[in-house]
Amino acid sequence: MSTLKLAAVLGLLSAGACASAPQQSAVRSPSLGVAVTSEELAAWDISVPPSGAGLPAGGGTVRDGAVVYEQKCAACHGVKGIGKPADPLAGGQGTLASKTPLRTVGSYWPYATTLFDYVRRAMPITNPLSLTNDEAYAVSAYVLYLNGIVAEDARMSAQTLPQVKMPNRDGFIDDWRPRVGK
Amino acid sequence: MSQKEKPLERRRFLKQGSAVLAGAAASALAPESAAQNLAGEPWERVYGAAFAGYGERSRFEQPVVRHMVRPYGDLAPGSGAALSPIESLEGIITPSSLHNIRSHSGTPDIDPRRHQLILHGLVARPVRFSIESLSRYPMVTRTHFLECSGNSSRALAPQPLQLPAGAIHGNMSCSEWTGVPLRILLEEAGVLPQAKWLLAEGADSAHMSRSFPMEKALDDALVALYQNGERLRPEQGYPVRLLLPGWEGNMNVKWLRRLKATAEPMHTKDETSKYTDLLPDGRAMQFTFEMGVKSVITKPSSTMALPRGAIYEISGLAWSGAGRIRRVEVSADGGATWTDAALTGQERPKSFVRFRLPWEWKGTETLLQSRATDEKGQVQPARREWQSQYSPGNTYHNNSIVTWAVGADGSVKHVYA
Repeated sequence: MSTLKLAAVLGLLSAGACASAPQQSAVRSPSLGVAVTSEELAAWDISVPPSGAGLPAGGGTVRDGAVVYEQKCAACHGVKGIGKPADPLAGGQGTLASKTPLRTVGSYWPYATTLFDYVRRAMPITNPLSLTNDEAYAVSAYVLYLNGIVAEDARMSAQTLPQVKMPNRDGFIDDWRPRVGK
Repeated sequence: MSQKEKPLERRRFLKQGSAVLAGAAASALAPESAAQNLAGEPWERVYGAAFAGYGERSRFEQPVVRHMVRPYGDLAPGSGAALSPIESLEGIITPSSLHNIRSHSGTPDIDPRRHQLILHGLVARPVRFSIESLSRYPMVTRTHFLECSGNSSRALAPQPLQLPAGAIHGNMSCSEWTGVPLRILLEEAGVLPQAKWLLAEGADSAHMSRSFPMEKALDDALVALYQNGERLRPEQGYPVRLLLPGWEGNMNVKWLRRLKATAEPMHTKDETSKYTDLLPDGRAMQFTFEMGVKSVITKPSSTMALPRGAIYEISGLAWSGAGRIRRVEVSADGGATWTDAALTGQERPKSFVRFRLPWEWKGTETLLQSRATDEKGQVQPARREWQSQYSPGNTYHNNSIVTWAVGADGSVKHVYA
């Protein structure tokens, strides 16, 4: 308030001050954002939606994934994804409606793309972003295989991963969009 | 409250049994005889400590610390939670040093001169902002709570855990936040009509990411740079975090490095395999963003001990992700009768409210409970009522009524009622 008054007084003294007087109406942006090139975005945009848009080139097999898993995942997620100390990755199908539900990639996760997305962005926990895209595909394939979702000779890639139908894909109720009518 | 009510009644004493505290007894609260002994204490006879550049609390308060929850132990010591010791705190604002922490891959050590926030996707002009440039934008200051969606999951253990209130319900805190309204940045980038969601991603080593609706982004979302007047603490997202007032703590992405406008949610790990609420039939609710109306008595609370038969103030916290708290009631008989508590801060939406009620404890077994109601008319549910909605395996969004049992010996225990 006092600042505005002061600005008004200054405005009387100097016509030039009017142009920079504080605005009380709509908040205006100083527009300091710098344009980003598509090359920059490609390096930053690591999120993968269920459609698979943005999945990188390359691929990996269940067999290759078993090797990666043994070296880089088993210490936390256990042999064949049974868990401890970190979350179990396999098993639990058919338990969700029981008194002791076991939520794993196989029993609970609705989209296989999320598996690749998370492995690539966050795993292994002590050395994230260290896996190659081929390794991330391969270990995704292996975890899906442990859950009986893909065959032993499966290969995951930008083409095959989004096609994987997860057992619990229809197990979720959207609580938001019905509220806002979308 | 009616102006005709007498001063004593306005004090809203909680009746336990038949007796209401008489006015004369209140004077017994004021200690008077100690004044003479204060003269000549050692600290009155030596020159005091020099100034410190960054303040520290009294050495006598050092035992007040956060409660650690480290599910992976030394393997991942920064994964899990540090819960605010609400049993030792008062007022509304949580000290930054005692704010709860919930992190997935520890706290990154971010150089603010190198950190960038990129805004892209379904926008006309993809842009990036440095911290220095964000600091030059118009800002707003608001007081908001943050609560982990998994707060109070420890109150779902088969047997009630005998832990301090903060170790059960302290995965939440309340701060004054200052930052840039997200709406301003979105307008600058030019959001396209088909953009209905935003993906927020952190620069921690988990690159924690969540989708949130454009409606929230244009409503009250903040890109926060300051907490309680100073720059964010590293454990709270330094140098910049997303603040989605009233919504699941997990969505308030710390160390914010990227916002992507999208037509559909991304279905990240933390909005599918986690932070979804399992129902009795095995299906799960997804995108349950808002934190429910809730309250907890912090004083007295579990693991405390009360001297016999005396006058106490019941004090606690209430909050709602839907807006303001309208009412907090307290019961000293396990929910049979309720008395309204006095509120501080109820003008602030999506903020802690402090409630208080004088209480005369007569030395008998007592079940203490609090029940909050928000401005939307939502009432905090009883424990059984809440449990009946979910699978026994669900650990999210537990906003049910908390019960502390005061025994005849003055011990305060956590019980299920």
